[in-house]
Amino acid sequence: MAMSDESPTPAAAAVAPLTPVLTRRWASPRSWTIGTYEQLDGYTALKSVLGGPSPANPDQLIELMKNSGLRGRGGAGFPTGLKWSFLPQGDGKPHYLVVNADEGEPGTCKDIPLMMADPHSLIEGCIITSYAIRAPFCAIYVRGEAIHALRRLTVAVNEAKAKGYLGKNILGSGFDLEIVVHAGAGAYICGEETALLDSLEGRRGQPRLKPPFPAVAGLYACPTVVNNVETICSVPPIVLGGAEWYRSLGTEKSPGPKIYSLSGHVTRPGQYEAPMGTTLRQLIEMAGGMQGGIPLKFFTPGGSSTPIFTPEHLDVPLSFDDVAAAGSMLGTTALMCFNETVSVPWAVWKWLEFYKHESCGKCTPCREGTGWLVQILRRVVTGEGTMADLDTLADAASNIAGRSFCALGDAAATPILSSFKYFRSDFEDLVTGRTAPVVSTHDLVGAH
Amino acid sequence: MSTAHHRIGVPEFLRTGVVFDQLTQDRATELIGRYPVPRSALLPLLHLVQSVEGFVSQDGIAFCADQLALETAEVAAVATFYTMYKRKPCGEHLVSVCTNALCAVLGGDAILRTLTDHLGVAKDGTAGEPGETGSITIEAAECLAACDHAPVVTVDYEYYDEQNPDSALDLVQALQRGEKPHPTRGGALSDFRTAELEIAGIFGDTPEGAARVAAEVDGPSATEQTLRGSHLAEQNHWQAPVMPEHVDLPPVPEKK
Repeated sequence: MAMSDESPTPAAAAVAPLTPVLTRRWASPRSWTIGTYEQLDGYTALKSVLGGPSPANPDQLIELMKNSGLRGRGGAGFPTGLKWSFLPQGDGKPHYLVVNADEGEPGTCKDIPLMMADPHSLIEGCIITSYAIRAPFCAIYVRGEAIHALRRLTVAVNEAKAKGYLGKNILGSGFDLEIVVHAGAGAYICGEETALLDSLEGRRGQPRLKPPFPAVAGLYACPTVVNNVETICSVPPIVLGGAEWYRSLGTEKSPGPKIYSLSGHVTRPGQYEAPMGTTLRQLIEMAGGMQGGIPLKFFTPGGSSTPIFTPEHLDVPLSFDDVAAAGSMLGTTALMCFNETVSVPWAVWKWLEFYKHESCGKCTPCREGTGWLVQILRRVVTGEGTMADLDTLADAASNIAGRSFCALGDAAATPILSSFKYFRSDFEDLVTGRTAPVVSTHDLVGAH
Repeated sequence: MSTAHHRIGVPEFLRTGVVFDQLTQDRATELIGRYPVPRSALLPLLHLVQSVEGFVSQDGIAFCADQLALETAEVAAVATFYTMYKRKPCGEHLVSVCTNALCAVLGGDAILRTLTDHLGVAKDGTAGEPGETGSITIEAAECLAACDHAPVVTVDYEYYDEQNPDSALDLVQALQRGEKPHPTRGGALSDFRTAELEIAGIFGDTPEGAARVAAEVDGPSATEQTLRGSHLAEQNHWQAPVMPEHVDLPPVPEKK
């Protein structure tokens, strides 16, 4: 996919540890207003695409995204330009852009601050993307609870409309676009793209069978691109800086900057935008080390649905391919750090309660499986489990993984399978009584 | 259809006999007009009826069904799927405590215990008369996407970050007295129903509403945690590589 011209690669030497691109306006006064946004290069990418004497060819934008190597920031890391190029052209059907802003993967906390601090970067990205895929309608599906993000986005859409960046004949280009800011209603499963589409159509948020993929039959059975917030916010800087500039950050197969969200037992949790491939060791160092000097016991590279890592993985470059090679997934770069005081079986039980609650009920392995896993885990954490229970957990989890309708079932199996890989003895100690129960039966009744 | 026979598995919604006023009707029409296909407005409409009644009633279900020419069963099926639609009248405020693993380990479980003990209700219970000042519904929430601020509590979906059992108790006691402490991030606190109106997608279509939203939108959003990376980069003069002055879009590849 690399460009074939022989221009020299930029000196890779001097890339800084933190490289704010998506977050670079966050600290500016009233960063959410169109005034601040325009002062800081806002809408210049849009003007370069649509504002000239003749608007750009949409296919050039798709080509640019392919060349940039941008990969989806919602967790799966699918190449964005390729996804855009899958939409059939000239099929006579309307095309749609749907932004997945249903942030809810445990540990993930990047998109809501991004939408609150810099809503116009998402709007500008939506306009350019909609133009590239020939969509006259774009919906931003925001998690219902994210009320302040909904407010900021709604006001931003109105501001953009008033300036002629949205609506009819944008910047005189002849291109029309409406953006609707749409609130969900509290269902983790709607972060799964086809469940999101059903939800956006006013139905229960249950996943659809794929294929057909949304690129062919998405919203209202029309060709649809579904992209994450951080992905779409990456579009304007790529238009401004070009593919080569974008590739000067990150790794060859995972280019660009990434918002890493550090949480848990680190001294200074927060949002750190660094080149793809930064390691947790580097990030923890920037975050002031582990809280109170208590060592790290385990962490998730990208939310609770990604297999846990241990201190031996501190130097794994946090890029899509490097994390996969080390046995996990980059996910949403939600780095939840747990220190040695935390019981792994307890955390796994908490996560499984979450998956059980959020299972949509459509398929049997996930609906029934998460229920049974939780019941067994409740026995284990209260000290009433048996060794046979542990075998059943492993067996049931392995049978859910890969056999459920969508990735939620796989995700539910993940904490069990990955914690057994590294910490099975912690579960065994609870069974044998070597470790005291981590939850009392009384608390269990109150907790869930 | 008779309502006397209770069928197993059929969700029950309370009947209130409410008549939705013209303003609500107009808002419903406006919401439906935003979408290429009317049914897409169903989630917003359910938020809208919830903003009127403080929960979703059978009458609210019927209103939504009428607007979209759906069966009430189709609307009820959707309403029961989503956590944010409440089937029992909600208090003036909805207090949500994150008890997912990360918040829980940092104190979320203890916060929930403290608050339910203080209010004398189980989770999902309401202390006080729903709708009256100081009434509170408390729930355990799943991850609220604010993990760098754990443990997190929201009131009417506005963030109260980095809580502990004492601070959360202070917060709830203030709410019970009818006070409205400002959230860490978000607009000035109103109440559950007003929040639901905004979530429905109605941002200031009356003079009072417009003034409220204009003030709310400027409410704080970025904390020290949000800006830690930005500040560290600034202190150290760390930047992304400078963009070239001008770049052209690549040519369209020739079709093979």
